[in-house]
This record gives sequence, C-alpha cells and structure tokens, in this order.
Amino acid sequence: VFTEEDTYGLYSNLLFKYFLAEGVVCGHDLFVASAREHPDNILKELPAPLLDDTRRNELGEEAVVVKSEDSMKIAWRYQNLPKMEASPTTSTKFGHYYDVSKTMSPELFQSIKWHSFYLPEELSVQPKMKTCNMNSAYARLLESIQRIIYQEGFDGSDPQKKQKNILRIGIQSLGSMLWGDDVCSSDTPEDIHSLTKFLYVLRGLLRKSLSACIITVPAHLIQNKAIMERVTNLSDTVVGLESFIGSERETNPLYKDYHGLVHVHQIPRLNSLICDVSDTKDLAFRLKRKLFTIERLHLPPDLSDTVSRASKQDLAESAKLLSSGCGAMAIGKKHLDF
Amino acid sequence: QGKFTLLQDTRTDGSFLVHHFLSFYLRAGCKVCFVALLQSFSHYNIVAQKLGVSLTAAKERGQLVFLEGLKSCVDLLFGEEEEQSGQPSPLQFISESASNLKALFDFVRTSLAPAGSDSWKGPVLLVDDLSVLLSLGAAPVAVLDFIHYCRVTVCSQLKGNIVVLVHSNEDSEDEENKLVVNSLCHHSDLILWVEGLATGFCKDVHGQIKIIRRVSLELTAEQDLIQIYQYKIQDKNVTFFARGLSAAVL
Repeated sequence: VFTEEDTYGLYSNLLFKYFLAEGVVCGHDLFVASAREHPDNILKELPAPLLDDTRRNELGEEAVVVKSEDSMKIAWRYQNLPKMEASPTTSTKFGHYYDVSKTMSPELFQSIKWHSFYLPEELSVQPKMKTCNMNSAYARLLESIQRIIYQEGFDGSDPQKKQKNILRIGIQSLGSMLWGDDVCSSDTPEDIHSLTKFLYVLRGLLRKSLSACIITVPAHLIQNKAIMERVTNLSDTVVGLESFIGSERETNPLYKDYHGLVHVHQIPRLNSLICDVSDTKDLAFRLKRKLFTIERLHLPPDLSDTVSRASKQDLAESAKLLSSGCGAMAIGKKHLDF
Repeated sequence: QGKFTLLQDTRTDGSFLVHHFLSFYLRAGCKVCFVALLQSFSHYNIVAQKLGVSLTAAKERGQLVFLEGLKSCVDLLFGEEEEQSGQPSPLQFISESASNLKALFDFVRTSLAPAGSDSWKGPVLLVDDLSVLLSLGAAPVAVLDFIHYCRVTVCSQLKGNIVVLVHSNEDSEDEENKLVVNSLCHHSDLILWVEGLATGFCKDVHGQIKIIRRVSLELTAEQDLIQIYQYKIQDKNVTFFARGLSAAVL
C-alpha cells in the first residue's frame, strides 16, 4: 500500500498509525521503519481501539437523528431512493475503530512482537547483501526486512512453526532526504533507480511471505514525475491524501466539513481478472475530536444567489483526477482498515 | 507466425490481455517462455485456472518456461554464494553496473531453443511488463536491444511470436518509457492498445481497446487497419462490444 503524503504529513501519519494499530489489535507482528523519529515513539502514539459497545452507542445516536423523514413535495421522485450513506455501510464488521484522542495502552503490545528500524541507529552497520548500486540506507532496510521475514518464518521457511502470523510493515517518509535519497530535492537526482529498485525488491519479499506493507512518501516533494509514475506501477494500491491546510480550499465553503480529499489512484488486481468496484470515487476525510473518518464527498446544496458555483472548475478538475485512474476501486483489504 | 504483438495500456490495466494470450498459446500447444516481472506465479496460475488452463501442469510437461522476476530478483540479492549453479541469473543486470540485458536474452534463447524431443508448435515469448525493466535500471537502449535480439531469434529464426506489454500515458513525463514505447510501436505487426475511457470511470464499460493491424509494414501501400471496441471485464471472461453498445445501454 502506497500513500502519498499530504503537504504537512499530518494525516498520512495518522493513516500510518492506524495501519499499525490494526496490526496490534489483530495480533500481527509489526515492523516499523523510519528515518525521522524513533519507532518506539511512533508506537507509543498509536490510537486506542474503540471497544465494541462504545462504538455501537455512537452509531445508535447517529441513526436516530437521521430517522425524521418528511415526505418530499417537489422532488418526490427521489423519495424512493435509499438514503445516501455518507460512510460505507457499517453493518458488516470489518476491522476495528480507533479513538484518536487516546493512545493505545501498553498491555496490548505485550502479545505481539515488534521490530524496529531507525536509520540513525543502523548507519554504523555495513550491509551484507550485494547493494547493486542502491542507496545504502534502502539496502540496509531491505536486508533488515529480509532477515526478520526469514528468522521469524513469515516466508514459510520453517515448517515447525504451527501458527502462521502476518507481518505488518510500516515505512515512513520513504524517499525523503532523511533516507539519503535526493529524489525529493532535485529535478535530476543522482540515482533515479534506487527508489524503484527498492520497491521492486520489497514487492518480491512481500509476495513470497505473509506480510503487508504501508509506505508513506512525500510525493509533493518529488519533482521528477517519471519516478512517481514508475512507483505507482510497482505498487498494488496507491492512495493520495490532499489536505486543505494552507491551500485555497480551506476557506472554500464547499469543503467546510472536511479536512482533505482522498484520491485512490490504484487498487490491487490480484488473483483475478477484475477488481471490486465501488460506487463512488469522490472521497474526503475529516478529523473529528475522536475519529478520523473517510466518507463520500457531499456537496451541500447550492443556496447562493449566483447561478453557478464559483469553484465548478475546481471540482471538475478534481473529478477528472479521481476518475482517470484505474477503472475500479476495491473494498479495503485488511491493510486498508482503520 | 513470426509476429510481434505489442500490448499497450493507458490509464488502465491491460494485464487481462496478458492472461488471455498466455492461456491462448498454451491451449494451442505452443511452447511459451513467460517473463513475468510484475506479479508472482500464483497470481497467473489462479487466473489461468479460471480461464481453463493449468500453469503448473504446463510447467511440468515442459510447455511453459516461467521466469518469476520478483522471486529471481530476491534470490539474486539475498541468495548465498553456493546457490550459483553455474548459470548466471537472468536478472543479473540489477546487481551489475553494466546495464545490458544479455543474461535475460540468453535465458529466453535457451528456453525456446527447440529440443529434439519437443513436439510443440511454434515458440512464443510473452513479457509482462517491459516498463519494469526501466525502473530496475536498464537503459532504454538496452531494453530495445533486448527486444531486437529476441525478435531476430524468436520471430525470424524460430518463426515464433512475441507478445509484450508496456505502459504508456499521454501526459507522462517518463521520457525513457515514451522512447521505448514509440520505438516498439513502429516495429510491431499488431498493436492492442487498451485505454481507460476518456470520460472517466464507468461501471459497465471498463475501457476501450484499439486494434491496429500494421498492414503498412508489408509494403503494399495500404494504410493500417484500425478497429475500436469497448470492453467489460468479468470474472472469467471479457466481453467486447462496439462503441456505445454496452449491455447496460441497450
């Protein structure tokens, strides 16, 4: 899973933590890699899972409010259509929900094994694998991941291991300068193949083991768009987060309920000719006090005096961006849960 | 016989064509060398089973030579020294600074070389997908050389066919990829160009396919034949129909 970071990295960090938190709750092993902050700190800040009964109460409240239906007078034809659900149907329980205002308690960590890779600490170790002209930080990370996969038996190499578990790998801010790659800082980087080679080898490692990986990348800093295209081709799922902070959309009344947009650029088409289609491609996210939600972009009715919306241009553009991706979207696989 | 088919996809995923050609040639009894760079063997196997062909059986009877790029690359980088069986890895160019794809070509050549006991009809080389080689550090010229050598061996000498998948995007900034795609377009006998609809996403029509038969290459002063259809991908099948005549509309 590949996430393009938003400009200030706030929300992508949140997604990253959700992925790891889901791993803890499901009992998967974790591998956290970062060049920016120590993985221990990252893990201390994982959101706490919401227990079943609290969630159900919240849902109950919302459902009650919606109930009041006046019969429509003018647009009566629309009466028969089902009420538009802002968030995907919550009747099927898939994954867990998290409370962003609280951090996960340490007891939950005790049942799982977690491994970390903090680049400043690893710089002293020389990589043993053939580096093949790859950036040495990436090479070390790959070696570390491969070692864990092999030692813990995620690739099925140890037939004695009865219980199969999944390894959730999280890599933060790949491609940024902290990893020693100048892909983000110059138009013609020294080694344009390091990042793509890294991704290819990582893909190979993931395919032959029971693991899933989320990577966040500051895509807005990468000036060479060709690299982003290649990276997209090498990934299974690509999600871009565009936050409204600091952009003109922040004050745009259309977007006042939301904090940003979610662009799903690509979804996996694995083991099948087709991939699952979802009805909508306009998704936006918002961070409430306790919850981070992703929902359909709902435009409020245009009640202004002017005949057309001021930002129709804007919307048309974003719609084009959203719909020109791969022809379909998937119901989230496990690693897309929150 | 001796044809080079180019599969090109723009704004969508054209891999369903790869699955089609794979099962088509296997069912026709040809010997296939499949260079699968982007997905694992089990992915192709599962889809092929839905299409009625078993890749494992084909591999066992020697009809299919499968190069799983991902696995090969990981073995190359993390394998121990004793595993060198004397034959260099086909993806050697990744670990070497010289970016030439000779090892890959040698692999293709040896796997499609006719052995005495074979009773297969013409050899076929299938590549999914070529754009990945550029991501791995091969220079565009090296990729084109590789294809050229393969054409000489497979199409001219062995009278076999080649099918190659590449990605292309109209507003792409990937110059190297554009170079490779343009060059291959000029040399192909048949181009199957799969595109996402220009109007955006649609549930019933997944895209449009342009079939270009390069009749102009045959020096008979005729223009290329172009046919355009739209398609919808289903679980075991892809349905094609004329533009605007999707089942949802009729």
